[in-house]
Amino acid sequence: MAELTTPISEGEIEKLRAGDVVYLNGLLVVARDKAHARLLELLSRGQPPPIELKGLAVYHAGPVAVKVDGWRILSMGPTTSSRFEAKAVELAHKAGVRLIIGKGGLNPEATSRLRQAKAIYASYPGGVGALPAKSVIKVVKVEWLDLGLPEALWLVEVRRFGPLLISVDLHGGDLYLEVKRKVEENRLRILGLGPRRQP
Amino acid sequence: MIEESLLVDVVTRLIKRSATTLPSDVKDALKRALDEEGEELAKRQLEAIVENVEVAEREQLPVCQDTGLICLYVDLDPSICDPLAVERAAVKAARRATQEVPLRPNVVHPLTRHNTGDNVGLGQPYVEYSFNREGYVKLTVLLKGAGSENMTKLSMLPPLAGLEGIVRFVVDSVVEAGGAPCPPLVLGVGVGGVAEEALRLAKASLLRPIGRRGGCEEAAKLEALLLEAVNSTGLGCMGLGGRVTALDVHVELAYCHTASLPVAIAFQCWALRRASAKLTSKGEVTWLS
Repeated sequence: MAELTTPISEGEIEKLRAGDVVYLNGLLVVARDKAHARLLELLSRGQPPPIELKGLAVYHAGPVAVKVDGWRILSMGPTTSSRFEAKAVELAHKAGVRLIIGKGGLNPEATSRLRQAKAIYASYPGGVGALPAKSVIKVVKVEWLDLGLPEALWLVEVRRFGPLLISVDLHGGDLYLEVKRKVEENRLRILGLGPRRQP
Repeated sequence: MIEESLLVDVVTRLIKRSATTLPSDVKDALKRALDEEGEELAKRQLEAIVENVEVAEREQLPVCQDTGLICLYVDLDPSICDPLAVERAAVKAARRATQEVPLRPNVVHPLTRHNTGDNVGLGQPYVEYSFNREGYVKLTVLLKGAGSENMTKLSMLPPLAGLEGIVRFVVDSVVEAGGAPCPPLVLGVGVGGVAEEALRLAKASLLRPIGRRGGCEEAAKLEALLLEAVNSTGLGCMGLGGRVTALDVHVELAYCHTASLPVAIAFQCWALRRASAKLTSKGEVTWLS
């Protein structure tokens, strides 16, 4: 079973193809809408972010967590990437993120911008919250709690976090686009056999 | 009369159970989907989903981090239970469960987006009533995440569109939604009524166990037709391709105006989180799965 360990090099990203399944070891940044906005704000002012992102994976998620002694993540399923896709891709350009993990994929423009940053996109199954929480060995850091628990910036250490489905690779592979084409063909066939006219 | 404090306890426990433990009909449907799925990537995701459900139940963790909005369906005999007590109990239970489970605080003001922090606000939790004279109160909690709820559709079709029009509307809506509502789905389809009745029926049909057919022959036939059509799209698990796009389709009907054909679609992600309990006037509680 293919495993990736952070920091991830460009060469390792180069080798992966849409449709591959990998598991991640090492450091994982967990962030969603507001943390992305604040990270980019800092970077645009030339200030260093509280977490060094180079070679890391950013996971689009807002965890459920509790603090007893240290922080413990209870549930950490993916959120919809398209809500902040432009920011996510910008972060890959400006901070050297190599792997974006989320759900639902990116639009074609964001996808091509992502490839220019030599970064790829992997999907984690939506709603799967308890399983990734079990892959978290420890919470290394949490910043910006003023944004609320789910919107804060988390850095966690993971072991065998996955299955991550590579859905956008550097070589033009895009699973979402592929499926979309097939589904559209099927839709026309289904509606052609059944309903004959548009209401 | 049933004590308010008992209602609070029962609803709190139902919220906790629905957040962490899927009902057996849903678990069985997911395992069946894994057996029937032919596509490799869909299989890998369904395996993760089934494992996730097991881990969540064993360790009492939220199945999904979006613990949703709390919807409480109440079927009560007014001679043994005061609806106002249920109303107050729902609010108290939402606050308690938010702390104890814990739930993610999801409830915000619609315009200022201020988060109340306790999953309570005007109209939240959502409570819906029906009434009986059988000497019991049945409480059902449904936790509804935003990913699937955001895909909700209503169309006032022209009556002549008929069955074909309904199939087309449902297939187009499922294809348009793609992976966003987290398929494999359970689709609730409300046909007829006034507009909001169609929506209410669509949502409430999600309480019916997976595999149980609609109340009349026409509804059952439409369910089979829609399930076949949706599962021929090839959209699959998470919209990444596969045979199983829907675990089931539930149709509920209501009579409507001769000039209307309202059709509403409630999208439910695979994490169909519901739990029920029945209470008697003596305060005996039966937990239903």
